[in-house]
Amino acid sequence: MQVKAPGRATHASPARPEHPVRPRPTTPLWRSRTAQGLAYAAPTAVFVAVFFLLPLLLVGQMSLSDWPLLAGDRGGNAPENYTDVTDSPLFWPAIRFTLLYTVLVTVVLLGLALLLALLVQESRPAAGFFRTVYFLPGAVGLASASLLFWGLYSPTTGPLSRILESLGLVDDPVSFLGSPTSALLSTVFLVVWKFAGFYMLILLVGLQRIPHEVYEAARTDGASRGQIFRSITLPLLRPSLALSLLLCVTGSLLAFDQFFILTKGGPDNSTVTIVQLIYREAFQRLDLGTAAALSIIVLGALLLLNVLQFRGLRRADES
Amino acid sequence: MGSTTGPRRPVHRIATGAVALLAAVGLITACGSGDGGSGGGNGGGGAANAKGVDDGTKLTMWTRAATRPQSEALVKAYNANHDNEIELTVIPTDDYQAKVGAAAGSGDLPDLFASDVVFVPNYTSSGLFSDLTDRVDALPFADSLAQSHIKAGTYEGKKYVVPHTLDLSVLFYNKDLYREAKLDPEKPPTTLAEWDEQARAVDALGGDVSGTFFGGNCGGCGVFTWWPSIWAADEDVLNEEGTEADLASDTARKVYDTYRGWVQDDIVAPGARDETGATWTGVFPKGKVGVMPMPSTTLGLMPEDLDLGVAPIPGPDGGKSTFVGGDAVGISATSKSADQAWNFLAWSLDDEAQVDVVAANKDVVARTDLASNKHSEADPRLVTINELVAHGRTPYALKFGQTFNDPNGPWLALMRDAVFGDGSSVAKDNDAVTASLGD
Repeated sequence: MQVKAPGRATHASPARPEHPVRPRPTTPLWRSRTAQGLAYAAPTAVFVAVFFLLPLLLVGQMSLSDWPLLAGDRGGNAPENYTDVTDSPLFWPAIRFTLLYTVLVTVVLLGLALLLALLVQESRPAAGFFRTVYFLPGAVGLASASLLFWGLYSPTTGPLSRILESLGLVDDPVSFLGSPTSALLSTVFLVVWKFAGFYMLILLVGLQRIPHEVYEAARTDGASRGQIFRSITLPLLRPSLALSLLLCVTGSLLAFDQFFILTKGGPDNSTVTIVQLIYREAFQRLDLGTAAALSIIVLGALLLLNVLQFRGLRRADES
Repeated sequence: MGSTTGPRRPVHRIATGAVALLAAVGLITACGSGDGGSGGGNGGGGAANAKGVDDGTKLTMWTRAATRPQSEALVKAYNANHDNEIELTVIPTDDYQAKVGAAAGSGDLPDLFASDVVFVPNYTSSGLFSDLTDRVDALPFADSLAQSHIKAGTYEGKKYVVPHTLDLSVLFYNKDLYREAKLDPEKPPTTLAEWDEQARAVDALGGDVSGTFFGGNCGGCGVFTWWPSIWAADEDVLNEEGTEADLASDTARKVYDTYRGWVQDDIVAPGARDETGATWTGVFPKGKVGVMPMPSTTLGLMPEDLDLGVAPIPGPDGGKSTFVGGDAVGISATSKSADQAWNFLAWSLDDEAQVDVVAANKDVVARTDLASNKHSEADPRLVTINELVAHGRTPYALKFGQTFNDPNGPWLALMRDAVFGDGSSVAKDNDAVTASLGD
């Protein structure tokens, strides 16, 4: 037999006294919670719309249009810009080079940053001094640092080549940016010099969050330095390492300033990065549509990569 | 669960999203409506008087950093003697194209803007300049204006620009080093072979002295200094429309071979292979290079104690030519003060400005009838340079920048293969240059 729930009676019943229906006080719309909420959200919403959404929408629109930099018809041409992207003979070499550069920089930079962080981790005499010295290059802008190194590397006017000559290490002026390999390594050297201190700082914060008690317990158990590093430092440093990795990989995939100033993609187009290719499409070939399409592709690739990295990070945290 | 905020979250999200979207759409619409910036020019000027109007209007003008001293001198002299006032903005050379393009797209061009003459066809064909045909033709010295600049600025039969600053490629040679090498300092090379001999003779002095120098990683430098040797043989490098390249001809190969010989035998000063153009004119003034092509605008910047001579760039078997570069200037299509802007342009070309400002600064005058003037008479090198204007050329191509100046463009690949490689891919590279010109 079906038991009817109280209050669900089908027969007509008098108004339930326990729930008297009272007319809600009428508040003007502008004082309602919704309106207030909207007012609070509006400044941020406008900010996000103007500085994040609008540029993205514009780039999206550009990527679907024939959009020359100079005045002209800006009609839609989808998906031509996307299919044209691979037409440039520089496209695949630029992807290969950008990936090679990213791997090289990430390995060298994070390795050195970790080493520096370990060196200045403890409060030894002069540790503060060294932390400052390592971090100092990080305070120089990348474009300024690139110009500085461009001057240093110059075989005609730079001092590096002359110093090597006066030391008798080389006979002729050294062309640091003259061959594909040396141009790549010279740029990597600049980037490592510039950013090692910055990543050292991130890792240092991570290192200092590891409780001393854990180390003490390990030492009491007779663990060697290597064991402590492998079994305690590295696993507990994982969040900081993951953050550094994310920043370093994203930054390297978007490399532009250093190559634009140091090598201009040369010698012989051996150091053209993806972002340089975007710049070239936009400002040398004056074709904003293709440049925008390339930008959207790079954005998509970076989003995918970051999602994968975040997933990996989260899984590592859970485990 | 008793949460009071729970049910409101979607409302918040929707509202926030709606505000953001409305703002974005509103702004896009606003931006979209400003597209047609380059229309509405009023510079036809048929009825305007030949000297324009000097009524105290404030005018804006852009120029690139590479020709800053010349533009500044002209603007300063004009502002000192006229009611109109020009506010000059100097923009880094590498950013100039992008800046002009962006300003054109948003209708923010200045009243006057100068441009590297090789990029002028790009701007005229895009409608960025006002038509100056009647105004230019009305000038009493119209026929004496540097015709290569006028030609570069003529599109569909209409003239859009006048010469602003002229920068010619010429050979600079160090007379002291010539004397040391037992060469006659008054006999600069008249053929490519003589240039080769003299460079090698100076290089033989040894030490840190080199025979010659060039910007081996700089497409613009190659265009500026190599092409005159091809033109001197009365051959061209581009077709009339600027859509096809002829850079693999026998004459062109003779030029490349000479440069390759210098590289192979180490006649070139260190750094040529890496030289991107930023410092290539800084090598000769140090006094350690025998003979090299340079921009004529550097003459006024040379050290006082450097005894140097100037000569035309020769072809393989003689002849002479030059790349008539520099800046041409026009009135932007959006200027509301075309008559006042023309007043500056007309003044900048008259006798007084050309002689007392341009020639006094050891720069090339924009008029062939003033090639010999009171300043050039005092320095025969200036006469040599000024007279070259009539023998020079300015190449015409709509896609000039992306083909020849782009450091990742096809011309630089050709150049580098031709002098640092074995030259085997010159024909293929020439096809790539043609493809880029027609792209």
